[in-house]
Amino acid sequence: MSRLTFRSRGVPPQRVDLSALTPEALMGKSQAEIAALTIQMTRKALTVGEVFDVAPGDVEEIVFEGGSERFDRIGAGLKGGAIRVVGEVGVQVGRGMTGGVVRIEGSAGPFAGSGMRGGLLEIAGDVGERLGGPLAGETEGMNGGVIHVSGGAGARAGDRLRRGFILIEGVAGDYAGSRMIAGTLAIGGMAGALPGYLMNRGTILLAEGAVEMAPTFCDCGTFKLVAARLLAAHVEPISARLGSTFRAPLRRFAGDLAALGLGEIFTAGA
Amino acid sequence: MSKLMYGGVAIDDTFAEAFDMRGTALVITADTAKWARQAATTMTGFATSVIACGCEAGVDLELTPSETPDGRPGVRVLLFAMSTAELQKQLQNRVGQCVLTSPGSACYAGLHSGEEKLKLGAAIRFFGDGWQIAKKIGERRFWRLPVMDGEFVCESTAFMTKRAVGGGNLLIMGATPAKTLAATEAAVEAMHGVADAVMPFPGGIVRSGSKIGSKYKGAIASTNHFYCPTLKGAVQSAIGPEIASVLEIVIDGLTSDAVAAAMRAGLKAIAELGPEHGALRVGAGNYGGRLGKHHYRLRELVP
Repeated sequence: MSRLTFRSRGVPPQRVDLSALTPEALMGKSQAEIAALTIQMTRKALTVGEVFDVAPGDVEEIVFEGGSERFDRIGAGLKGGAIRVVGEVGVQVGRGMTGGVVRIEGSAGPFAGSGMRGGLLEIAGDVGERLGGPLAGETEGMNGGVIHVSGGAGARAGDRLRRGFILIEGVAGDYAGSRMIAGTLAIGGMAGALPGYLMNRGTILLAEGAVEMAPTFCDCGTFKLVAARLLAAHVEPISARLGSTFRAPLRRFAGDLAALGLGEIFTAGA
Repeated sequence: MSKLMYGGVAIDDTFAEAFDMRGTALVITADTAKWARQAATTMTGFATSVIACGCEAGVDLELTPSETPDGRPGVRVLLFAMSTAELQKQLQNRVGQCVLTSPGSACYAGLHSGEEKLKLGAAIRFFGDGWQIAKKIGERRFWRLPVMDGEFVCESTAFMTKRAVGGGNLLIMGATPAKTLAATEAAVEAMHGVADAVMPFPGGIVRSGSKIGSKYKGAIASTNHFYCPTLKGAVQSAIGPEIASVLEIVIDGLTSDAVAAAMRAGLKAIAELGPEHGALRVGAGNYGGRLGKHHYRLRELVP
């Protein structure tokens, strides 16, 4: 059976909330019922049918052909199945997802994977700020699952990360891993200033270092730790490069000593 | 007692009687196979019998780096006890005193399903004095404890099975002590090739098999005088004049099938060695079938 496909009719006249277009939400709905779903973000109603041509198919595998930075909350709350977007997406892609796979073949806006608890979010391009982070008023960011970004990330990637893996192949903005509670954040390119700012626990890997390290991280020396081997084994199937970085000798910085101080930043060993 | 011949070795028409136990498995790794073995050997020391050791334990398998969670050489050990509480206590004490202390070691659960969970790193972590770090990787949770050579990594919990079996056994009887030992060593070697089963006594062998009870108050077990060659004629012996030595192999397994497979492998090895260089006769210990629910009939274990 072919995949359920949403072909974009172009840039929508307003931002759209596509969180209703998940396998679970669409199960059992007819093509007409799907087209009639409202997805507007303003008082002016806008239906799926006005934004997409809907080609019926297997709802367990949804494809968006054509993206837009106005396509918000794609895959939000996803529990299972797969969503693929051929193009870019807006804010909060994969927010709160607990399972399944979301693949974005372009870039994503801020708060991608916000509050995610499980599953895999893959973004081929860049992402905006606060990757995996909490929204205003929330106390925890990402709490499980894996985010893999092939490009770079904006500021505060992994803010309030509590559990799970965020893997960024490219560069990251300032304050990567700020206020981390636990979990693992790996950055393949150069990180911006002050990574791990006020982190309590957790692990940050900086394969190419950072623009500026906080003075509240303490250099513990270079090690080949068993824990890094375990991390490498988990990361390698998703990112061979970051996995191999975990296997190399790593210089450990303990911190943030301005907070609980049980976190760590690894950089390439010297 | 009627006899079955297997490779020229007489096989008693009897059965080994074994008991339900609680069992768990651990994978211990280190930077080298030598130190993984050392930690495993130390941890499974003084674990021959639940009568006085609290648990029975042994090395199950040596693991290649590709078979361990951290890609280092490893050893899989099995522990058995009569209750969940005792198994938890023995696990905690033995990992804490023998694995945590061994250079470069790490410790992981060796069973990935079971009826209950035991605390592993979750119990050892307090040694970290507040500097311990939990790390959840996939579905598994690990504790990292700072120690003087780096870090001790220990999986948080280990699964326990209630379907373990303890007390499978063979009694190997020969014309001389040397031939009896040769046959028993061959059997133990063959049994080492069976996964999920260990032979907890020294080198897998018991030379002081016991019977339940004693003439002395307070002693719950005493020498199995029926099989002591120096008492032939003085007691109601179970051995004839041709037998000069008897050795026993006790087998504990995570499953009943593993115990049976180990006994089968042992019998095959004894038969292949033959009576000229090895054993004349093989029997098994039981209590008339009244105490243990697992009965391994020797005639069902030979082809």
